[in-house]
Amino acid sequence: MSLKTALHASTSLIALAGAVALGLFASPALAADPIKIAVIAEAQAIAGASMPQAAQLAAEEINAKGGVDGRKIEIVTYDNHSSSADSVRAFQRAVNEDKVNAVIASYISEVVLALEPWAARLKTVMVTPGAASNEITKAVHKDYDKNKYTFHGYLTSASLALSVCDAAKDLLVDGKHTKTAVIMSEDAAWTKPLDIGYQECLPKIGLKVLDHIRFSPDTTDFTPIFNKIEAAKPDVIITGISHVGVQPTVQWKNQQVPIPMFGISSQATNETFGKDTNNAAEGVLYQGVSGPDLAITPKSLPFAEAFRKKYGNFPSYCGYTAYDEVYYLADAIKRAGSTDSDKMVAALEKTDWEGTIGRIQFYGKNDEFTHGLKYGKGLITGAMLQWQDGKQVPVWPKDVAKGQLKFPSFIKLTAN
Amino acid sequence: MLAFQILIDGFAVSALYALGAMGFTLIFGVSGVLNLSHGAIMVAAAVAAWAAASVLHTGTYTGALIGIAVALIMSFATYFAVVQPIQRSRRIPNEEKEIFVLTGTLLWGIMIQELIAYFFTNNAKTVLPIIEGVVNIMGVRTPQNEIFTAVVCCVVIALLWLLVNRTRTGKVVLAASMNPRGVTLLGHELTSVYIVVWAIYGVLAGLAGVLLGMFLGVSSYSVGPLTASAFSIVVLGGLGSVSGSLIAAFVVGYLETLTAYLINPAYRTIPALLLLVVVMYIRPQGLLGRR
Repeated sequence: MSLKTALHASTSLIALAGAVALGLFASPALAADPIKIAVIAEAQAIAGASMPQAAQLAAEEINAKGGVDGRKIEIVTYDNHSSSADSVRAFQRAVNEDKVNAVIASYISEVVLALEPWAARLKTVMVTPGAASNEITKAVHKDYDKNKYTFHGYLTSASLALSVCDAAKDLLVDGKHTKTAVIMSEDAAWTKPLDIGYQECLPKIGLKVLDHIRFSPDTTDFTPIFNKIEAAKPDVIITGISHVGVQPTVQWKNQQVPIPMFGISSQATNETFGKDTNNAAEGVLYQGVSGPDLAITPKSLPFAEAFRKKYGNFPSYCGYTAYDEVYYLADAIKRAGSTDSDKMVAALEKTDWEGTIGRIQFYGKNDEFTHGLKYGKGLITGAMLQWQDGKQVPVWPKDVAKGQLKFPSFIKLTAN
Repeated sequence: MLAFQILIDGFAVSALYALGAMGFTLIFGVSGVLNLSHGAIMVAAAVAAWAAASVLHTGTYTGALIGIAVALIMSFATYFAVVQPIQRSRRIPNEEKEIFVLTGTLLWGIMIQELIAYFFTNNAKTVLPIIEGVVNIMGVRTPQNEIFTAVVCCVVIALLWLLVNRTRTGKVVLAASMNPRGVTLLGHELTSVYIVVWAIYGVLAGLAGVLLGMFLGVSSYSVGPLTASAFSIVVLGGLGSVSGSLIAAFVVGYLETLTAYLINPAYRTIPALLLLVVVMYIRPQGLLGRR
């Protein structure tokens, strides 16, 4: 061995030793590594934009109180441009390169259904704050060992239909003696189970379904749809719309369709909906889990206020759920004592967390909607809100209601 | 009753389509440019009108004028920033310029679309109608704004006809569409003819965008479908033929309305696209096309 190579070898040895030493020093510091949570969201949509913002707010609050066992929470955000392909790429990058510990993703059912197999393959916990399709939780039920990493942090379509029916019973059937309805919903993954739910529960509460209209989500002219509905002469239109919202509402008002709209109208949950529709929203009734004036739990209003203070507007519905999700993910990690995915899943299944939208518990392995939010009194019931004088006013259930039903003059409630 | 309904609704939609497509076809006829940022310019006009009237509270009329002004500015920006540099470039071979303009305006349209989505979100906006309320025509409850839209479209189309056929400027524009070289030989600067055409186009696209925003509402998602619908109307009518586009707009408008009422609103656009395919087979130059 020449002097040169010996020298070279010894320097390599020293470097190696140094690296090992550094590694040894670094390992105790691992405990203080941040917990990384990815938020994959439709950042250009009003509803989606609230997700990363709310998650960030929750992380800052948790970190201000010392984090989770001394570990800070770090939110990494990805804009998915409302596309499944972009979401899958973001998910892979989040897990493989950015090494996140959990993912909060999307309000579009098609996107979440595309991500679900990736959560399984990459064994990473994923919670959705806003998608609704029953298929998300059904897949967990069907192949639990594979899909157990997916949790549904928002109501399933089946629960949404129940929530609308429960509210319709009190407000319309008992309150206004409404007897007939037409279901109007956009053709998307989330409305298929919703419509089945509607068709089951509406007759049970005493609303006869006269017609059922499904239309393409890229419809722009709703005149023929409203005309068809009017011809059936129902007392109420039960809606299932999310991709559309502004356009049908404005055309409903401009054409003075004399039938109230009641049901799921995701865009109506946005604070800006009044302005976007030039107040055509007046009288629109929509199901919500949240609202700027809706005190479902003691946490709801302080969160809405803190969000408005930080970002200048009230959060969308997925803002509330994303905020809760960061909290109960942190809670689960704390209880699991680890960010190991399987341990997190076990801990998340035992979640009992009072969030901003109600008391959060997940259905178990043997329930139909495994890892879906439990629906019912004392847990989450949702609420019914109505646009009145440019504001979103809670009108159901009674304990949170702030006003009575009120309709614009062109609406003719048959049995007033 | 249903027949009247289809007649009235179909007319408003068709008139709006016609207005949107005419500027598009005029530009192609005169300068050979297929402007694929058409939908983006229409949406920009509608969103600007919405922002002015609903956010800045300028009033409905001022808002509408601001929308049209924005479209006019965008139209000039499209010409001077995208189309003209490509047409004048020496590094792009002449026979490839058309495809460059096509790609350039398409990308320009996507840029505008993304900017709108970034600043105003991709949720739909609606422009405050100039006239509110409904009237009853033969038992059909028709929004007055729908009638207003149809009337404005017809008046503007008539004015455009007068401009092209009865004024000196119009005649130069018409001549340029037939024989550009001839026009230059008569001492007219082609560039100034183009500027006139892009100005007319900007006003037409802006007006169509604002009216569409009042009638149906728009979002950044409407950009693609709007460009596509203008494109198919213009191809159906014959590229560059203004009267062909007019006829095609009514054919497409009524076909869509008939489908929506008689078959299913979900299949609205399908028959019109099938018709386009059939016309392409039988008469590739379109209904009134010359080439």
